[in-house]
Amino acid sequence: MISFSGRTLSLHAKVQGDTVAIVVSGEMTVKNIALIEPLLHQLLEHPLPSKIFEWHLHEAKAFDSAAALLLYSFDEKARLLGATCRFYTNDNQQKIIDAVYQRDYQSGGVTYRPLGLVASVGTIAIKKYQSVKDFVAFVGELFSALMIYLLHPKQIRFKEIYYAIEESSVNALGIIAITTFLIGVVLAYQSAVQLKMYGANIFIVDMLGISVLRELAPLIAAIVIAGRSGSAFAAQIGVMKITEELDAMKTMGFDPYLFLVLPRIIALMLMMPLIIFFADVMAMLGGMVVASVELGISAQLFLDRFNEAVAMKHFWIGVSKGPFFGFIIASIGIFRGLMVKNDTRSIGVNTTKSVVEAIFMVIICDAVFSIIYTNIGI
Amino acid sequence: MYPVIEAKNILTRFGDTVVHRHLNLHVNRGEIYGLLGPSGCGKTTLMKEMVLLQRYQGGSMNVLGYDLNKITHKKAQELRQKWGVLFQFGALYSSLNIYDNIALSLREYTTISEALIAEIVSYKMDIVGLEQCVKEQYPSQISGGMKKKAGLARALVMDPELLFLDEPTSGLDPISAREFDALILRLREHFDLSIVMVTHDLDSIEATLDRAAILDNKRVVAEGSLDAIKATDNLFITTFFKGR
Repeated sequence: MISFSGRTLSLHAKVQGDTVAIVVSGEMTVKNIALIEPLLHQLLEHPLPSKIFEWHLHEAKAFDSAAALLLYSFDEKARLLGATCRFYTNDNQQKIIDAVYQRDYQSGGVTYRPLGLVASVGTIAIKKYQSVKDFVAFVGELFSALMIYLLHPKQIRFKEIYYAIEESSVNALGIIAITTFLIGVVLAYQSAVQLKMYGANIFIVDMLGISVLRELAPLIAAIVIAGRSGSAFAAQIGVMKITEELDAMKTMGFDPYLFLVLPRIIALMLMMPLIIFFADVMAMLGGMVVASVELGISAQLFLDRFNEAVAMKHFWIGVSKGPFFGFIIASIGIFRGLMVKNDTRSIGVNTTKSVVEAIFMVIICDAVFSIIYTNIGI
Repeated sequence: MYPVIEAKNILTRFGDTVVHRHLNLHVNRGEIYGLLGPSGCGKTTLMKEMVLLQRYQGGSMNVLGYDLNKITHKKAQELRQKWGVLFQFGALYSSLNIYDNIALSLREYTTISEALIAEIVSYKMDIVGLEQCVKEQYPSQISGGMKKKAGLARALVMDPELLFLDEPTSGLDPISAREFDALILRLREHFDLSIVMVTHDLDSIEATLDRAAILDNKRVVAEGSLDAIKATDNLFITTFFKGR
């Protein structure tokens, strides 16, 4: 009636009066029972041809618990239709079947019900609200730790600060140099073409000087540092949280805010202005190279014009953003690290968030500065 | 009874440090075999070499009839479906719930229907003594003992011939540890398993092991039944089994 022959497993079912004789041969194991699973559904299709299913398993060389479970669930369905199963087995197979039949548990899968629109909006809103609350708590802890630093300067961890300066800032200078130099080159190159048309070659100095010092160098430097050092803070502190290093520190009386958090924030707040200064230099260098190659403006001429046209205030405006950007990047990175839950996926999620949120907040902060400086007329 | 694992003249080096030299042992089919020895003697390293996680630098190893020295990628994949490995802390995938952790191999390597997968997963959870209600929980939400049981259910899901256990009773309370011993004996009975385990737990050693190897001084200093091992003259063995 129904028959299947595979390379490793075959099944033949034959109707004899009131019974169906099913002979299985080959390897009836978890690796290939999927081949005969659909056939068993066919055997039970309406109208049920017979009342008794005789399973002849002697020829099955291999037989495991998955196969026994397949027979068990077949038997269960057959019983609901008023049929019975009989198994003709060897001792080993009978042992496995008996083990499967001795059950006192409710089997079943896991159902995944997708949330409705309202429920998912609500879940997201609650999560966001929670994360804002957590951030407020973080900032509170931060300032109480800062008070301890100010009242007891002996508590300041200079070694940790130096270490953070080296790790997060000094070691980043290479990538800052390359990025900002190239930004200077690209910017100068694009504007050189336009300026040449008007014969306004020399104004490349004004244009580059003001845009780089005021806006571009601080922004590019902050983005690079957020991607490189902010993410490192998040991952490092996240792993320390998973391995319970943070808990160990707390039990030994080392406040993580004094030992880990503040040193990193202070280091980045101190170093960001210097990084921005370095970025200024590299970007102007890039512009100078293009100006001399493309527009024939010598380095001497470039510097003279720079002295005249670019006021000192542009430099100070750019550099003054440094501590704020540093605070944003370091605190978001560390905050995200502290938000890591006890599983590995949350490290990835929080590290990504640390970079995205830090860059976003840096740009917002930059916009706010823009408005303030314009309103006070500088 | 032919050996399921046979290691001959194994040499393992990390840089200049030699971990194993001229190490020989064999595990027979159907037995529960222990790898014992002082901390740092390379028990776990040896087990990692058996399950293709780490290379040895010399000698030969045969697992379930596969020669690990010249195993191809395809053969290795075949072999990996014939064994189950339980790591010391369960090593469950933290982004999957318990049910999906256990069902993973079934979904990847077979085309069995979800209904039957649910049957198989539930059965394996029942065998290892895991409540059915933890199915939807994530590894971070359950206790260490339950993680081990879930790890064991995951190791058993493909009905392996060979089971590796890395310190199965460490970190469990004495009652759970004895239950785990009974579980290991029951599993061997049910599934015709051969079991290799690294352990330090004396009660568990007495209760479950058929044979064992003592690793010390970079090699196997004694191999055989527990009685035979206890009769061997070695400082670690006399200290370890003192009063037993």
